[in-house]
Amino acid sequence: MDAAPTAPEMIEETERPLARVPLVLNKRNFSWLTGRISGVVENPAPRWWWVAFTITASVATFGLFCLGYQISTGVGTWGLNHPVGWAWDITNFVFWIGIGHAGTLISAILFLLRQKWRTSINRSAEAMTLFAVICAAIFPGVHVGRVWMAWYLAPVPNNWAIWPNFRSPLVWDVFAVSTYFTVSVLFWYTGLIPDLATLRDRATTKIRKFLFGLFACGWRGSNRNWRHYELAYLLLAGLSTPLVLSVHSVVSFDFATSILPTWHTTIFPPYFVAGAIFGGFAMVLTLLIPARAMFKLQDVITPQHIDKMAKIILLTGSFVAYAYTMEFFLAWYSGNSYERFAFWNRVFGPYWWYWWVGMLFCNCLSPQLFWFRWCRRNVYVVYFVCMCVNAGMWFERFIIIVGGLHRDFLPSAWGLFIPTWVDIWTYIGTLGIFTSLFLLFIRFLPMIAMSEVKTAVPEADPHYAAPTGIQSVSPVGKERTR
Amino acid sequence: MRTPAGHKVYAMAAEYPSAAALYEAAKRIRDAGFRRWDVYSPFPIHGMDEAMGLGKSWLSGWVLFGGVSGLLTAAVVEFGPSWFLYPLNVHGKPTNFFTVPAFFPIMFELTVLFGAFAAFFAMLGMNGLPRWYHPMFNWERFSRVTNDGFFLAIEARDPRFTETGVRELLEQSGGEHITIVHED
Repeated sequence: MDAAPTAPEMIEETERPLARVPLVLNKRNFSWLTGRISGVVENPAPRWWWVAFTITASVATFGLFCLGYQISTGVGTWGLNHPVGWAWDITNFVFWIGIGHAGTLISAILFLLRQKWRTSINRSAEAMTLFAVICAAIFPGVHVGRVWMAWYLAPVPNNWAIWPNFRSPLVWDVFAVSTYFTVSVLFWYTGLIPDLATLRDRATTKIRKFLFGLFACGWRGSNRNWRHYELAYLLLAGLSTPLVLSVHSVVSFDFATSILPTWHTTIFPPYFVAGAIFGGFAMVLTLLIPARAMFKLQDVITPQHIDKMAKIILLTGSFVAYAYTMEFFLAWYSGNSYERFAFWNRVFGPYWWYWWVGMLFCNCLSPQLFWFRWCRRNVYVVYFVCMCVNAGMWFERFIIIVGGLHRDFLPSAWGLFIPTWVDIWTYIGTLGIFTSLFLLFIRFLPMIAMSEVKTAVPEADPHYAAPTGIQSVSPVGKERTR
Repeated sequence: MRTPAGHKVYAMAAEYPSAAALYEAAKRIRDAGFRRWDVYSPFPIHGMDEAMGLGKSWLSGWVLFGGVSGLLTAAVVEFGPSWFLYPLNVHGKPTNFFTVPAFFPIMFELTVLFGAFAAFFAMLGMNGLPRWYHPMFNWERFSRVTNDGFFLAIEARDPRFTETGVRELLEQSGGEHITIVHED
C-alpha cells in the first residue's frame, strides 16, 4: 500500500501486538517447568499422598474382593432381577466410559483446534481416560456372568463353530471400547516419550535411569525425529477424534436399538457424547484442582485453564439440558402413551428424586453458574459444580437405564431395583481403583506434558525477540508469585 | 576421522542459547549445503523442518496403509462368518446388502485401530527407535536437550565436513560450547 514507507511510520504500524494472558504465568522459563514438573515425580512422596493412597487402595482392594465374590458366587449377588436386568453395573459402565471422553477431547479435538491451553492438562486427562476405561470395562466384563466365557464376544474360530452376531450393538461395544482403550494408550505413550527422556536425563539412581531409559526408547529430541513424531501425533489426534465420538455413540446404541420407551430414540448418540464430555470435564477438574494446589503448579494450570474448562462444562451441560428437554417434548409430541407415561414416571415415579436432584439440579442448573466469570474464577464454586456434575451424570445414567426398565409395558411386570452391598461396594471399589491408579500416575510419571507445555511459552517461538516494552496483561484473580 | 586421542569422531556440535538462535543457525547450515546434520531441542520448533530443508514426512502413507488394512480385516472378519461360515438371521434380518450398514461400526473401529498402530510403529521405525545408545549422549552438556538446551550437530561423514570449516560456521551462526562429539 505504502509504496515507500519511511522507517518511523513502519514502527508505529507494527508495534501493536495483541495482548494475551500468558498460558504459563510469571514468565517461567523452560528449566523451571522441567524442574517443577519432574520434581513431582522425583521428590519423596508427600505425607498426604500416602494417606490418600492408603485410603483409596484399601477401598480398591475391597472392591476387588467384591468382584471376586461376585464371580465365584454368581450375578445373583447383585440386586438384578426381573424386570431390572441392567442396573448399577451398566450405569457404572456408562458413567466411567463417559468420564474417559474428556481426556480424548482434550488430547485430540483441542489439538486439532490448536488450543494451546490443552498442553497443561492433556497428560493427566489422558491418564484419567485410561483409568476410567479400565473401571468401565470391569462392569460388562463381570456382568456376563460366566467371565471365563467372555471370549465368546471375540470372533475366534472354535470347534463349536460359534460366531458373534456382528450386527449386535453389544458386539460393537466390545470393539469400540477395546479400540478406544488401545488407541488411548498409544496416544498417551507417544506423548510420554519425550518426557520420559527428560526424566531419564535427570535420573540420579541407576534403576530410574534404566527404566526411564527403556521406556524413552532412546529419544534425543532430534528434529529429524520430531518431524515424524509430530505427524504421528497429528494423525493419532485425527484418528482419535472420530473414535471418541463413535465410542459413546456405540454405547448409546446399546439402548437406542432396543424397543423400550425412553431408550428407543434417535437423539441418544449426540446426547450421550455431550453428556460424556460434560461429565469428563467435571472429573478432570475434580482431579486437577487439588493436584495443582498440592504440587504448586498454579503457574502452569492457571485460572485461565479452569475458566476455559468451566466454559466447556457450561456448553456441554447446556447441550445435555437441551437433550433432556427435547426428550420430554418428543414424548408428548409422539402421542405414544407408553412413551408419555415413561417420562411422566421419570419425574413423578418412584425414582422422582433422582430426576429432581440429579438431572435437573446437578446437570441442568448447577453448570449455569458458569455464565458468571466470578464463578468460573472461584475454585470452590468450580469444585462444587464439578461434584454436582459427577453425581448428576451418574444419576442420569441410572435414570435412563433403570428408569426405562422398571416400569415398561405391562404393570404386572413392574418392579423396583434394590442394590445389594455387593452392588454398592463394587461401585465404590471402582472409585478406589480409579483414584489409586491416578495417585500412582502422578507419583511415577510426569503429570503435565513438559515438551508440549514448553511450546506454549513465548520463547519457544523461533521468531521470538526479547520483549521491547510489550507488556502482557496480568491475569485477573489472585496468583502466587513465587 | 579420529581425534588425537584415537576416538572416532561422530560430529561437531554446538549449543545455542534459544530456539530462535537455533532456528536461524539451521537456516545457515542448510544454505551451506550440508546433508548429514541435525538439530536437537526439548520440544518441536515450529518451522524447523523448512529451516532444515526437510520435506514432508511420509509417515502418513503408513497410516493410510494401516487404516485400509484395518478396514479390510474387519470386512473379512465380519462377512466371513456372517455370510459363509455361520449365517445368522436375527430379528428377521438376513445377511445381505440391505443389512450391511450394521457391519459398519466394527469396520470403522478396526480402521482406526490399525491406523493408530501404524502411526505409532511407523513413528518409531522411521526414527530408528528404540535405540539404546547414540553418540550425542557422549557429550555431557547434551543431557540438557530434554530440559532447556538447543543443540546442532554436523556429522563427520558429511562430504562437506572439515574441522576448521565447520567450527567456523558454527561460531558464525552463534553456536556456543563448540565441541567434537565422539562416536565411542
